[in-house]
Amino acid sequence: MQLIPCPWCGPRDDAEFHYGAEAHVARPAVPSERSDAEWEAYLYLRRNTKGPFAERWLHTNGCRRWFNVIRDTYTHEIFASYKPGEPMPDIDQLTAKKDA
Amino acid sequence: MDASAGRQGPTTKQRYSIFALAKNALSYHEGWQQAWRSPEPKKAYDVIIVGGGGHGLTTAYYLAKLHGVRNVAVLEKGWIGGGNTGRNTTIIRSGYLWDESIKLYEHALKLWEGMSQELNFNVMFSQRGVINLAHSEHEWREMRRRYEAIRLNGVDIALVLPDEIKKLVPIINIDPTIRYPVKGGILQQRGGTARHDAVAWGYARAADALGVDIIQNCEVTGFERAPEGQIIGVQTTRGFIASNKVGCVPAGHSGVLAEMAGFMLPIQARPLQALVSEPIKPVIDKVVMSNAVHMYISQSDKGELVLGAGTDAYSSYAQRGSPNHPEHLMAATVELYPITSRLRMLRQWGGIVDTCPDASPIISKTPIPGLYFNCGWGTGGFKATPGSGHVFADLIAHDRPNALAAPFSLDRFRTGYLVDEHGAAGVAH
Ligand SMILES: Cc1cc2nc3c(=O)[nH]c(=O)nc-3n(C[C@H](O)[C@H](O)[C@H](O)COP(=O)(O)OP(=O)(O)OC[C@H]3O[C@@H](n4cnc5c(N)ncnc54)[C@H](O)[C@@H]3O)c2cc1C
Ligand SMILES: [Zn+2]
Repeated sequence: MQLIPCPWCGPRDDAEFHYGAEAHVARPAVPSERSDAEWEAYLYLRRNTKGPFAERWLHTNGCRRWFNVIRDTYTHEIFASYKPGEPMPDIDQLTAKKDA
Repeated sequence: MDASAGRQGPTTKQRYSIFALAKNALSYHEGWQQAWRSPEPKKAYDVIIVGGGGHGLTTAYYLAKLHGVRNVAVLEKGWIGGGNTGRNTTIIRSGYLWDESIKLYEHALKLWEGMSQELNFNVMFSQRGVINLAHSEHEWREMRRRYEAIRLNGVDIALVLPDEIKKLVPIINIDPTIRYPVKGGILQQRGGTARHDAVAWGYARAADALGVDIIQNCEVTGFERAPEGQIIGVQTTRGFIASNKVGCVPAGHSGVLAEMAGFMLPIQARPLQALVSEPIKPVIDKVVMSNAVHMYISQSDKGELVLGAGTDAYSSYAQRGSPNHPEHLMAATVELYPITSRLRMLRQWGGIVDTCPDASPIISKTPIPGLYFNCGWGTGGFKATPGSGHVFADLIAHDRPNALAAPFSLDRFRTGYLVDEHGAAGVAH
């Protein structure tokens, strides 16, 4: 169990959220022109990093909005949380700052 | 050579029997052989298996036994069986929904039935019967469909109604007014449980006797490839080891190893938890599973109730899991089995399971020639241990999947031919 910082509602119990796995996976433009391999990549293939990772969360039992979190999947330490559409922060820089 | 490296080459194993026990008792049990060697890794092998869980060890065993490939190493970053093999609740059954799955799991179940004799190692396989409960009209309808599918495959299965379930499991609460009432269930009498550690040790001993090197405390940290792309070996914490064929069976760490090799898998690593209670007198001699409430129960020979919970809903490599799952599990347990309300729990633990989008495994070649993956067993791969190794050894030896393994290739995520077992595998299995 951990606190997930929703950019709109603040830190809340993870039971309030739905997990959306790897962040910044864009839906292919012009779907009819995509190959089976491109659909496979979009629908199923996801990075499953051990360590700091950019992932999506949905605040199901709160504001019901999607957002992104940089979380270490091994220590569960959270480095950042940001709204959709905002650029992904530099993970190396974030984790280095925390270490310092 | 230093003595701690053990003997090299195949050894004749001391057989385990009542006579061996009596004979060794006379010498204060000081004469037992080590069950397998701990050799230094060689410079090169014909096949390297990454991951010394049950699936990796059975793969090595069948490569040596059935395919004449004896120059094999199993590389394990910790100790053999220390992953999900030694952390699971050991439920074994073959009653899935689709023909492809039923055939694969039934192949495994048949191998379980002869395992202790074949290995000369008591894996305590107990065919006490596994009951899957339905807790809603919808689930009951789905279960009857699954019952027909299992029967059509010629596998043993029976429908059981609440009053029959009560006779088989006297401690169960079949009151129709509870939150998740028992609507009915399916019983596979040939299903049951086994001793997980013994499975790892038994196969390790048998593989070692055929010449397989089991190398513990050896983590694979990278893959080496020829300019044309073919695998030529692995980097490890004990140096480079060469091989043109590498089979990866790393369970929860599948995504990590695939990324190391330069491709992606449709796998998510999630913690799954289990608990055992203090030992009590025998109260339940079946395995009973409730998918809808994420709980399953059996009783060990020592008398502990073995209880399985749900998986965390997010990716994690922290081998413990969230406390809300045991809480949820205990609420369901107390409602369905009221006598447990004052029972104390002795231990809780978690394992990282490799969940796949269709709740079916991946037994496959990969985009990299010479590199094979066997993963995605998620919350329910212990039951498949011997069958998984059997078909994976065949795939590695012949560089093509046999009929049992072919439906579980990676390309199903491209063709769309998924084997959706969410109903039959669920969180419980
Ligand atoms: C709590 C729990 C309950 C479960 N209950 C059941 C059940 O009742 N019935 C059922 O059928 N299944 C169950 N399962 C699932 C089952 O345990 C697994 O599917 C099965 O044991 C997987 O076996 P394996 O040999 O593939 O994996 P593991 O036993 O996990 O072996 C993989 C090995 O790979 C090693 N490894 C990883 N990375 C590296 C590396 N880089 N280098 C070297 N080695 C590496 C690991 O250390 C590990 O030992 C349960 C799992 C859990 C966690
Ligand atoms: Zn919110």
